Amino acid sequence: MYAFTFHRPQTLRQAASLLAKHEEAKLLAGGHTLLPTMKLRLAGPPQLVDLSLIDGIAGVAQSGRSLTIGAMTRHNDVSTSPVVQQAIPALAGLAGMIGDPAVRHMGTIGGSIANNDPNADYPAACLGLGATIITNKRRIKADDFFTGMFSTALEPAEIITKVSFPIPKKAAYQKFRNQASRFALVGVFVSKRGSEIRVAVTGAGANGVFRVPSFEEALKKRFAPKSLEGMTIPADGMNSDIHGSAEYRAHLVGVLARRAVAEAIGK
Amino acid sequence: MAAKAAAVSLTVNGKPVTAEVDPRTLLVQLLREHLRLTGTHVGCDTSQCGACVVHVNGKAVKSCTILALQLEGANVLTIEGLAAPDGPLHPMQEAFRENHGLQCGYCTPGMIMTAVDIVRRKGNDLDDRTIREELEGNICRCTGYHNIVKAIAAGARAMRGSAAASQAAE
Ligand SMILES: Cc1cc2nc3c(=O)[nH]c(=O)nc-3n(C[C@H](O)[C@H](O)[C@H](O)COP(=O)(O)OP(=O)(O)OC[C@H]3O[C@@H](n4cnc5c(N)ncnc54)[C@H](O)[C@@H]3O)c2cc1C
Ligand code: FES
Ligand code: FES
Repeated sequence: MYAFTFHRPQTLRQAASLLAKHEEAKLLAGGHTLLPTMKLRLAGPPQLVDLSLIDGIAGVAQSGRSLTIGAMTRHNDVSTSPVVQQAIPALAGLAGMIGDPAVRHMGTIGGSIANNDPNADYPAACLGLGATIITNKRRIKADDFFTGMFSTALEPAEIITKVSFPIPKKAAYQKFRNQASRFALVGVFVSKRGSEIRVAVTGAGANGVFRVPSFEEALKKRFAPKSLEGMTIPADGMNSDIHGSAEYRAHLVGVLARRAVAEAIGK
Repeated sequence: MAAKAAAVSLTVNGKPVTAEVDPRTLLVQLLREHLRLTGTHVGCDTSQCGACVVHVNGKAVKSCTILALQLEGANVLTIEGLAAPDGPLHPMQEAFRENHGLQCGYCTPGMIMTAVDIVRRKGNDLDDRTIREELEGNICRCTGYHNIVKAIAAGARAMRGSAAASQAAE
């Protein structure tokens, strides 16, 4: 690791001003992406700004038809929250599929979304549920937030404070794990809320998480796996590596979307 | 750039500890190199293997992926603190011994700390499938896992109502 100075601000305002003052500073949430990256010297921020002492940015709350999760909420606390399990079981389930138990005790939703790893799980939930990402400056729709592999609409010195999920009528997540890393080789999140249907895919796309309009159209007619029978997406633009070819990933998108819809309607 | 040392105070195995550390110091380095608690191992240093698992505020975490400075005021329990120094082994340790749940022993401290955490979250009656899923983040090169799974199931049962169990689960 390269050397750094460690800061533990008590308020969001202090954290933001540290980021403004030190251009290359980085926020530290659960550290389960940032610290491994720093060990490999792929990142070397001269300043680390730890978010863990800041009040009011962790925890789960439901109000009306939306569920809000604080940025510093750990994966384990999302997966075991009775409120999340009741309101959006697919989201609780997704959080419980991230990494392993020790990773889930540290990793946070804010860190995962800010990082926007092309194989991460939460971006699929945000896009697949039409979430809103709330920062210390503004509200950003998930459709505008994920701008490409490891890149987001966040500006320098912008801090995610919470994520708000509209509660769907039906939703499910299907994850095909990379057996070595446990990240998603491909993951598909589907949801239905009124007439709004969303199908979001992580792991497969060379540019990170994306929606599948053709599947969404087909599901509008009838929200059933049959509506997607025989449908695939082009292998163009899919990731290709030692874990799976672009064609394989494209194929998995269709398979997992059908399984997710079946799960969402309880079949 | 030289790093300026910073102070951190925490509790390790029930004892208050204050240390001056380079900010880069990982919890596992604090434990092994500063406090000489070498029961916690480093297998991979890339957050994969679980040899370094300890409990922080009662929860299992990978000590190779946390900075010591993140732990101001925290309560850390390592394999050394699981049983009283002169007392009998913790029931989970005893179950590993009894069921031949280790060969070289390198992964064992992390396996045992993880196992005790599984019992805290999932209770004393654990089926094989649950145990295998929960061991997702713990790698063993030697045993093939079979006896580890057996040991954890037995240890979980033995922890029922034992004083050591409730102490460890704190
Ligand atoms: C062994 C292992 C297995 C894993 N498996 C999976 C998996 O299966 N699926 C999966 O999705 N992930 C997986 N992960 C990643 C894990 O979920 C990370 O915890 C997560 O991606 C990052 O969250 P964090 O809180 O640890 O963030 P950190 O590592 O602390 O931060 C990550 C990045 O986000 C920035 N950041 C953090 N918080 C904020 C904020 N509030 N506002 C703005 N920027 C912020 C940081 O500056 C940094 O750049 C795995 C990790 C490990 C080590
Ligand atoms: S040494 Fe920490 S997970 Fe392997
Ligand atoms: S007993 Fe040798 S690594 Fe597990």
